[in-house]
Amino acid sequence: MEKIKSLDDLRKKRQELESQLRLREKSNAPESLVQIKVAMATCGIAAGARAVMNTLIERTAAEALPVIVTQTGCMGYCHSEPTVEVHLPGKEAVVFGRVDARKAIDIIEKYIKRGELLDGIIPQNYERI
Amino acid sequence: MAIYKIHLLVCGGTGCRASESAAVVESLRASLTAAGLSDEAQVVATGCFGFCEQGPIVKVMPDNTFYTGVTPADAAEIVAEHVLKGRQVARLLYTDPQHKTPVSDAKQMGFYRKQLRVALRNCGFIDPENIDEYIARDGYAALATVLSDYSPRAAIDVVKRSGLRGRGGGGFPTGLKWEIACGRQADRKYVVCNADEGDPGAFMDRSILEGDPHSILEAMMICGYCIGADRGLIYIRAEYPLAIHRLEVAIGQARACGLLGADIMGTGFDFDIELRYGAGAFVCGEETALIRSMEGRRGEPTVKPPYPAESGYRGQPTNVNNVETFANIPVIFLKGADWFAGIGSERSKGTKVFALAGKINNVGLIEVPMGITLREVIFEIGGGIKDGKRFKAVQTGGPSGGCLTEKHLDTPIDFDTLLAAGSMMGSGGMIVMDEDDCMVSIAKFYLEFTVDESCGKCAPCRIGNKRLYEVLRKITLGHGTADDLEYMRNLSTVIKDTALCGLGQTSPNPVLSTLDNFRSEYEAHIFDHKCPAGQCKALKHYFILPEKCTGCTACARSCAVNAIVGERRQAHSIIQNKCIRCGACIEKCKFEAIQVN
Repeated sequence: MEKIKSLDDLRKKRQELESQLRLREKSNAPESLVQIKVAMATCGIAAGARAVMNTLIERTAAEALPVIVTQTGCMGYCHSEPTVEVHLPGKEAVVFGRVDARKAIDIIEKYIKRGELLDGIIPQNYERI
Repeated sequence: MAIYKIHLLVCGGTGCRASESAAVVESLRASLTAAGLSDEAQVVATGCFGFCEQGPIVKVMPDNTFYTGVTPADAAEIVAEHVLKGRQVARLLYTDPQHKTPVSDAKQMGFYRKQLRVALRNCGFIDPENIDEYIARDGYAALATVLSDYSPRAAIDVVKRSGLRGRGGGGFPTGLKWEIACGRQADRKYVVCNADEGDPGAFMDRSILEGDPHSILEAMMICGYCIGADRGLIYIRAEYPLAIHRLEVAIGQARACGLLGADIMGTGFDFDIELRYGAGAFVCGEETALIRSMEGRRGEPTVKPPYPAESGYRGQPTNVNNVETFANIPVIFLKGADWFAGIGSERSKGTKVFALAGKINNVGLIEVPMGITLREVIFEIGGGIKDGKRFKAVQTGGPSGGCLTEKHLDTPIDFDTLLAAGSMMGSGGMIVMDEDDCMVSIAKFYLEFTVDESCGKCAPCRIGNKRLYEVLRKITLGHGTADDLEYMRNLSTVIKDTALCGLGQTSPNPVLSTLDNFRSEYEAHIFDHKCPAGQCKALKHYFILPEKCTGCTACARSCAVNAIVGERRQAHSIIQNKCIRCGACIEKCKFEAIQVN
């Protein structure tokens, strides 16, 4: 095991390790974070949702964005899979359809970082109780 | 380094491990490997989540899904449905008993809503056998801050300002204790962690050691720096094998990283920690008895003064703190004394961990801010009384405490209010009783425990408690007399005033508090020869209603002691002095002819 020889060593080690637990820390306070849900039902997976999810997770983790990515079941938009729901804090959730890896990056760069809307938004057609 | 998308946290505390949680971990890992998902999802064995009632618990992050009663056979479904497709396995979700609906987010569970986890901050969150996870959660950062930015006196001042009081039972201000030990001149001083948790039904300290052992090591080092000690000893009972194992792993990892040993983090501060095993005597939780036991002598308390801070382990100044007290220390330095002092009540700061046990729906481990009411703990967090029965009493403080009743339900819980109500905080055991519990038997149960555990050194405890127990036994057998109640009260007062150590000084509390709160129950036993709760067998009286008895002889044939007599087709009767009150006859009678009172 690597020795921690100084206070700086401990600080550095902590920074290196922090990302391992970031996912768990985030789930303690999801309200204050951008919540991304990827629909991962059979149709979503068949249409490539797994690659989209991986892109979203890797990209947001690499840039340490305050984002929490979870998977969810079928959202009912089978015509536009893969679908991704993005919930910015304090705003209405927005659902993007036909997302691929490139569009996933667009969602991060444009919508999440700058609040610009993209093409392919699916109007919410139901209310949750 | 792989980034896991999903973390599956499986409880690895003693409770859940007893119901195969280690096998759940294995089969989750096997299912993930089989599905080719082992790079995407991580399985972590953590410390206790507290919800022991419905273990084994599996918590899925980041969506906070809380699965209860998970078996190894469920692993494949969790992987196929939840990990792969993002669909919760509804049948394993926790179900809200009031609304009968499954709860998908752990935060919405009544059990967690009122809790505030400070001492348990890492329990059920990190892998206790992985120092990296502790460091990622700011582990050892408090030690680093103290070593680099504080003088010992300044650090003690932080602990004093936080208002932290000893969680082992007495509630002595921790900062003051450290200051006294700091002020002594000696060649060598010791820091001792008291992990001799002995109250029946209590498992707070065990869970902290199993779930977050490094926080205790870190706090002991901070204490060592403050009082000028370079040796730490953890006195732990040998009957806690998992806690011992996790401590050994933690000590090994801390040494390997250079966080324990000589010249820690290049600051010139030396500290090392060893374990000492106790054989499980209750009295060894008393600090002077604990020190003698560590020295290899008989675990008997000594007269105070001298206090351990003056002359403790091997005659050297020694600071003894309980596990939960230590668990609060790193947080106080990370978040500040003011933050800590902002939680809790006027004179009891911070939170308290309680082990809920007895006739309560959510048996488990909880941590709440001081000043919360018993009603909130029992009915909101604890989910109320089992089987819809009526609440009768709750015993706090174990054998040293007393019982609190309905009239205390809205009293805020802290060190001082519990003392004023005739009980005590103790280490945090909370045993809930319902209408079927006989309070005389409860007092007898605790006295029996004290008699067993008394070391026998002083007469009041050795002889007095035995006499007290005998009177209680006599009353439950129906031989009590009118002057027994006064006799017990006098004897209790004498024991409290004259016993040598905390064990004897508090042992009559269960008797005194039941006498105060449930006097009518004692009187019913003595004067009416009845046990209102129907628990005391000797006071039960079985008889046959002649008008209902058909003389079928079923009861007589079932009686093991031939106490039922009567001719065939004639009404039978029970010979009282032969009857052993086993109840077998009632079960056989088809005509409801046999009654009990």
